[in-house]
Amino acid sequence: MAEISLRQALREALIEAMRADDSIFVIGEDVNRYGGSYGVTKDLADEFGDDRIRDAPISEAGLLGLATGAAMYGLRPVAELMTINFALLASDAIVNHASKVRSMFAGQASVPLVIRTVGGAGAQLAATHSQNLEAMFAHIPGLYVGTPATPYDAKGMLTTALHSHDPVLFIEHALLYGLKGEVPDQPYEIPLGQADVKRRGDDVTLIAYARMVHVALDVAERLAEQGVEAEVIDLRWLRPLDGETLIRSVKRTNRAVVIEEDWRSYGVGAEVAARIQEEAFDWLDAPVARVAAVEAPIPYARNLEQAALPDTDRVLAQLRELYVTA
Amino acid sequence: MHFFSAQHNLLGGWAIVGGHIALAVGVAFGMRYRSRDDLVLCIFGDGATNQGYFHESLNMAALWRLPVVLFCENNLYGMGGAVERVSAVTAMARKACAYDIPAQTVDGMDVAAVYRACMQAVEHVRSGRGPYFIEAETYRFRGHSMADPGLYRTKEEEQQWRQRDPIERLRLELGRTGALDDAAFGEVERRAAKAVDEAVRFAESSPAPDISELTRYTYAREAEHG
Repeated sequence: MAEISLRQALREALIEAMRADDSIFVIGEDVNRYGGSYGVTKDLADEFGDDRIRDAPISEAGLLGLATGAAMYGLRPVAELMTINFALLASDAIVNHASKVRSMFAGQASVPLVIRTVGGAGAQLAATHSQNLEAMFAHIPGLYVGTPATPYDAKGMLTTALHSHDPVLFIEHALLYGLKGEVPDQPYEIPLGQADVKRRGDDVTLIAYARMVHVALDVAERLAEQGVEAEVIDLRWLRPLDGETLIRSVKRTNRAVVIEEDWRSYGVGAEVAARIQEEAFDWLDAPVARVAAVEAPIPYARNLEQAALPDTDRVLAQLRELYVTA
Repeated sequence: MHFFSAQHNLLGGWAIVGGHIALAVGVAFGMRYRSRDDLVLCIFGDGATNQGYFHESLNMAALWRLPVVLFCENNLYGMGGAVERVSAVTAMARKACAYDIPAQTVDGMDVAAVYRACMQAVEHVRSGRGPYFIEAETYRFRGHSMADPGLYRTKEEEQQWRQRDPIERLRLELGRTGALDDAAFGEVERRAAKAVDEAVRFAESSPAPDISELTRYTYAREAEHG
């Protein structure tokens, strides 16, 4: 066990998996010489060579198509998309091919592909580099979607993804790479579709993923000062969604708030709220609340960007409005 | 479309125009990665050459010298869109030169010529020199689909191309050289027709899939869907 950054945790998962399995290779824009735009694959070519750490042209559609074909052939590509915003260019390959090969051809081929990409806002990268598009992809049967909030989860979830028989969209938050935490030295997995209770509490359930988990934990501390004990659930995987853990918690707390960095309409919070009312309607003392990004393209200007995104104060304000907390 | 047979190495008929070119290049990438002496034959139409996928895939195939034969059937129409109405470059083989991929144009209505072109392509690819591009000039006798009335082209044009029917030309050529007389050729045609009839009968007499099939192949571990 060592305290390392989330970036280092991802590197460890990649290195351990690549040492164990020579069918795994990394391909993406600037993953080799440049080291990856967020430094995750820096110097990996020293150990694994140019064939396994492969710089690709700026061709997201072709790249994801190629990676899908290589996976059908029996390799385990790790395709890096510099940001999830560029996944839109590759969405045909991801949605129409990678996610459908197994079912369209009745299991004659599979696509054990990991798509590593970067999501999230908050770095003043303006509207086309700051989107949270996870809900678009979590909508797709045949695809898994994971998005870690801590170094421990990052290593375990990426290890799981690298062993998956089906494609995984793995979304890393742009502002979490430097986050430090305790991470075991040995490989371990975090099962697909397993959420994590990051804090125990009996009064209200706060549900979040990626960077918003840390906002939720901060909110929970502030609520504790007022005598309210919040439970914080980190979804970790958006598909499959761990309904069981959510429902168990809400049946105990009777209140739920989803904190999400994506837009509110048709977002992850909408799905979570629907699940809760479907399965725990009689246990709810109040409607499921959602705190999400303001419905506008995420601006460049720092004050506007910050106003667009949920933070501790906005969540607390909404909670007060909803529950008139003590 | 949508056929796939792992046991025959038939890696699919795909329904997104051009998308499969990237998949084929990916399979070729896998062969190169594993240092296998195999190659991929990727077949697409003139319409696919206007997709971004086509250009991105050709660039990567040439860049990494991947073992793929790119076989373009130029049948002059992408659904109803005549080549000269939708493509600034109407000779498909010329599009390969942007990526320094050697290319040749062949009479796609001449079976022997297509065979020779393919053998040259295979030899080139097997020698490790990367992809090879073939443009076969051909025609689609029938509509794009059952619902296509063919209003975008003339009956005269269709008739002219039908006179170049590659199967009829092959029959005449084999008869002329004495390789296969009409009786033997007729037997080949009967066998082919029988195989098709049996396949249709098999399909039509097979039961509809069980409802459990609906989610069976969504994920490797069925229980994990949703």
